[in-house]
Amino acid sequence: MEPYQIDETVDITDVVCPITFVKAKVALEELDEGQIISIRMNDGEPVQNVPRSIKEEGHQILKLVNNNDGTYSLIVRKSGE
Amino acid sequence: MAVDYAALKKGGFMRQIQKGYFSLRLKVVGGNLTGENVKKIYEVAEKYGAGYIHLTSRQGVEIPFVKFEDIEEVKEELLKGGVKPGVCGPRVRTVTACQGVKICPSGCIDTYDIAVEIDKRYYGKELPHKFKFGVTGCQNNCLKAEENDLGIKGGLDVSWEKESCTLCGVCEKACRIGAIKIEGEELLLDREKCNNCGRCVKACPTDAWKGEEGYLVSFGGLFGNSIHKGDQFLPIIKDKEQLYRITDAAIEFFREHGRPGERFKYTLDRVGLDEFRERIGEVYHGTISD
Repeated sequence: MEPYQIDETVDITDVVCPITFVKAKVALEELDEGQIISIRMNDGEPVQNVPRSIKEEGHQILKLVNNNDGTYSLIVRKSGE
Repeated sequence: MAVDYAALKKGGFMRQIQKGYFSLRLKVVGGNLTGENVKKIYEVAEKYGAGYIHLTSRQGVEIPFVKFEDIEEVKEELLKGGVKPGVCGPRVRTVTACQGVKICPSGCIDTYDIAVEIDKRYYGKELPHKFKFGVTGCQNNCLKAEENDLGIKGGLDVSWEKESCTLCGVCEKACRIGAIKIEGEELLLDREKCNNCGRCVKACPTDAWKGEEGYLVSFGGLFGNSIHKGDQFLPIIKDKEQLYRITDAAIEFFREHGRPGERFKYTLDRVGLDEFRERIGEVYHGTISD
């Protein structure tokens, strides 16, 4: 696993599906290609589904980090359109 | 002239409580109709029916209020738009399907393709009682496979390639039944737990998970006066010919052992699920070719 530097963070633990993905997508749109964002999400449905939706958008997922507080952080590198 | 209701029912004409009127059931496969079909159905409903259609619980279409004396004319008219009457009574009914992998991001198999083949093989086939097939694309089970006499559910037979894996941890959480564990640099898949849902494959950012399409088959489902969830006892089937050998064998078992008016589930109960499992097991393993 290559080391990575987080450029931006977004917290989607305050919203529910489908707004979880929308909030993450909006945050990704603010980034430049190649920048890395940490997306904090709740355990359960968000962590089961949001990574797959991010993958389907074509972004590169680097790591899913367990924060051990009922949340996870998904580390994503933004890809071009 | 005496009205032969059984013959009319066989041809999809359902007697209404209003004397002399029939609700005409149309043939639909896998829930799809073409624009041409829909246009013709609209015209017939306007001209010969009451100007509306009814969508049935199993993806069918019925045109209510067709008059007895118009039946032949209506059939001819519908045929011009490629629409055929459906069936009712003791035979193989409408084959239902979700949209499957060709349309739905969750889909694992081409459900429509399977529905068309099942329809071609068995639609309208005379049996001791009604027999329903349903094809659903994945474990989300939108098409409710297990409520059918024979249900087919799409799945993926998954495998993991260490070289492409970054151990990111996404699959461990994507798996809803906890069959995947990452311990240090190792990934462990509990094959006993795996239900072939394929969520690991769909979620994996590096395509380290591969999935081979397959079919999970359930037998003896009911969802009417009695409710029973169809039994799934075979492992995932990955070959289409093998799938159709099994559907052939199930239909043949029912034809041979079923009593008139007895649903497949009750034939299985009476004759013994063990005997049926043994029979299907032989076909699954290809020791008997049908």
